[in-house]
Amino acid sequence: MNSATLASVSNLLVPTATVIYALALLAHTVEWSSGLRVAKPAEKKVLVAADGSEISEPEDVAVSLRSEAASRIGVLLTVLAFAMHAGGVLTRGLAAGRVPWGNMYEFAITASLAVGAVYLFLLKRQRLQWLGLGVTFVLAATLGIAVLALYVPAADLLPALHSYWLVIHVSAAAIAGGGFTVGGLASILYLIKSRAERREADGKPMSAALRRVPTAAAMDGVAYKVHAFAFPLWTFGVLVAGPIWAYYAWGRAWGWDPKEVWSLVTWVVYAAYLHARATAGWRGRRAAWVAIGGWVVFLFNFIGVNLLLSGFHAYSGL
Amino acid sequence: MTDVKDRLDTPAPPSEPPSLGLVGWLRWSWRQLTSMRTALVLLFLLALGAVPGSLIPQIPVDPIKVSDFYEANPSLAEWYDKFGLFDVYKSVWFSAIYLLLFISLIGCVVPRLGVYLKALRARPPKPPRNLNRLPGHQRFETDASEAEVLAAATKELRKRRFRTESYDGAVGAERGYLREAGNLLFHFSLILTLIGIAWGSLFGYRGTVLVVVGNGFSNSVAQYDDFTPGRAFTPDDLPPFSLTVNSFKATFETEGPQRGAARSFDAGITYQVSPESPEKSYDLQVNHPLSVDGTQVHLLGHGYAPKVTVRDGQGQIAFSGPAPFLPQDANFSSFGVIKAPDARPAQLGFEGFFLPTAVIDQRGPISVFPDALNPALVMTAYYGRPSAEEGKPQSVYQLDKTKLTQFDDGKGDKLRFQLAPGQSITLPDGRGSISFDSYEQWVKLQVSHTPGLNLALAGILLAILGLMGSLFIHPRRTWVRVRTEDGRTVVEVAGLDRGPERGLGDEIDAISTVLKPSRSVKKAEQA
Ligand code: HEM
Repeated sequence: MNSATLASVSNLLVPTATVIYALALLAHTVEWSSGLRVAKPAEKKVLVAADGSEISEPEDVAVSLRSEAASRIGVLLTVLAFAMHAGGVLTRGLAAGRVPWGNMYEFAITASLAVGAVYLFLLKRQRLQWLGLGVTFVLAATLGIAVLALYVPAADLLPALHSYWLVIHVSAAAIAGGGFTVGGLASILYLIKSRAERREADGKPMSAALRRVPTAAAMDGVAYKVHAFAFPLWTFGVLVAGPIWAYYAWGRAWGWDPKEVWSLVTWVVYAAYLHARATAGWRGRRAAWVAIGGWVVFLFNFIGVNLLLSGFHAYSGL
Repeated sequence: MTDVKDRLDTPAPPSEPPSLGLVGWLRWSWRQLTSMRTALVLLFLLALGAVPGSLIPQIPVDPIKVSDFYEANPSLAEWYDKFGLFDVYKSVWFSAIYLLLFISLIGCVVPRLGVYLKALRARPPKPPRNLNRLPGHQRFETDASEAEVLAAATKELRKRRFRTESYDGAVGAERGYLREAGNLLFHFSLILTLIGIAWGSLFGYRGTVLVVVGNGFSNSVAQYDDFTPGRAFTPDDLPPFSLTVNSFKATFETEGPQRGAARSFDAGITYQVSPESPEKSYDLQVNHPLSVDGTQVHLLGHGYAPKVTVRDGQGQIAFSGPAPFLPQDANFSSFGVIKAPDARPAQLGFEGFFLPTAVIDQRGPISVFPDALNPALVMTAYYGRPSAEEGKPQSVYQLDKTKLTQFDDGKGDKLRFQLAPGQSITLPDGRGSISFDSYEQWVKLQVSHTPGLNLALAGILLAILGLMGSLFIHPRRTWVRVRTEDGRTVVEVAGLDRGPERGLGDEIDAISTVLKPSRSVKKAEQA
């Protein structure tokens, strides 16, 4: 295949993946909303489903089955969309004859691929279906914006971007970013679930949808594991590979460029998160807020800095 | 459980200062400073403090933007300046935050190192009285003797890389000592990195120089356009190399939406490590710096230098040669000046643009492509009384017009002219002429030496190693206790994880399975 064919294959795959992610998002919305309708007083008697989540008997069972089916469909669609998404990124890279992150469009499709990869990688191991709603939302939204607003045709790179350190730097940062995203979503859901658990302890009912998902403690554990995976990778990506590349390309390892500053801020906030988890009075909810704050800073660094602040890290084409 | 972590986790220090006089107060402050809570607050402050530097123009990054800001908002700029906001990362308050953080860090990890070294030698602890209160507790009976079970337990635990200790009727085991080592390594390595950075900024230097193709550069402070030495730098530290730029080639995207985007830069240079050493050649590119004698030479930028000849009113050559012009936009419309102070009877000066691919649109002549496809020189000219050399250094990119008069074109307008290579123009009133002979390219080189960089890099790599240890090693304690009841041996197995529990139950199961009555017995039971 020549590069024009590859480029058009990519241009076909990426929008299709977007649509399928959107359908997955719809399925996960059904999963959650059908559970929300039945908000019954918490029942003492619970069944434990195969995946360890609790199902109350017996009125909820029908709803729960529907939720379960919707959840499965959502996951299946996500896997399908991810395969096309990965194909789209790959053909884009092949079409341009280089790594597919030379501009904002490519960056958006590659970084969101990392989010999908981290999620699907952990799906079985950590039973992460409960994050489907958040993850498909992020993926559908990112790809949608990329396709509609950021698209530029494939082209070659600026000379400064010709470096394998850049490949290492960006892939480490993007995968870590995928981890931060999954971790941030898990922390959000943790806050919701732990609030519901506290209210339940006060005798207030918990919705069936929230009863289906794992306990707050389990979510906290997942959030921590994902962050523990992402943080060293981020450290390597932005504090080792990034400066090495900057040194070759611009003659200085660190120059307080806005992107560098915000990468460091992101790093410090996540270091604070790991500290918060070990500090009496900060464990649990406060630590989760710090993680969410870290994610916001990370997102600003990935998106806002490119659009709002000028600096060396400007991508060609946008 | 008393171990390193718990000791450090334990209650935050009392927040009321004691009334114990100076020593007590100092000790209290020290304890406050080195607490986890303070570390957390300082981390937040560091994150917060770094932000303004990305929003407000910074002197070391872009001094021109800072002076623009001064012009636009003079009173605000003064306030900003008072708080060091134009140079945040060297400001007193930013330094205070990270210095406090690192004092806190040292105060935190040094005592921990002592505690850890002691903990390393400590034996796995005795089993707690009630094993059945622990997670993953299992209890079963067997016909094997107490001693046999304990021996088998010790063997199994060792196989699982536990450190074991025999107690009366029990085995205590512990694993994951390296977690704390990893944590300590991480924090110590951060200190190492900081030392590396400080070292580099004390003893390093960085300078930039613009070299027109065909010219050379030899490494001495006087040759630089711009030179930033570290505090402890002395000019003797400059290695005596020299180089000549023989060629430069830039290529650009010629079609599509990215037309005009740079695609490659390539400078052919020859260099000598010292005046006596042989000449070598090197292909200097972006991402491909030259390393000479511990010093790095980077290719930072490029531009055009029109070659002109200026003749004065007496027909003498008053200026000849390439004059570097500075690019103003992505299509390399380049601004520059040509000075001929020695021209007689009047001195001459020129100011204007070099346009590599010139076209005329409504706004006048502009460049539409960065490569020199249709070069043109668009200038205006000045004359003035000859002035004695003042010895005051003047920028080569600016014309001091205070004592100069602009030529007019005889119709009441200012004189403006556009030249293609090979063309020339005669100035009014017999004051001379200027010819645009051709053009040359120039490159901007950066020469730098940052000695602590490798130390800083090693520090971060070690930190990552330590971090992985600290995040992925999970300390676990396990106990096996035996007791004889009614002639059978009752075995209890239990464990405890520090931090989040990860498969503790599975491991206790596995250990129990090994210790349980052998399969033949089980089969017999099933039969
Ligand atoms: C530049 C400053 C610092 C950074 C970037 C940093 C970063 C980190 C990180 C990423 C961890 C997580 C490792 C883990 O979860 O085991 C950690 C743990 C820890 N840090 Fe720091 N730290 C800094 C300063 C400090 C200071 C000043 C103290 C002392 C007050 C400190 C004490 C600790 C302790 C005790 C732990 C272990 C927590 C645990 O056992 O889970 N750190 N630090």
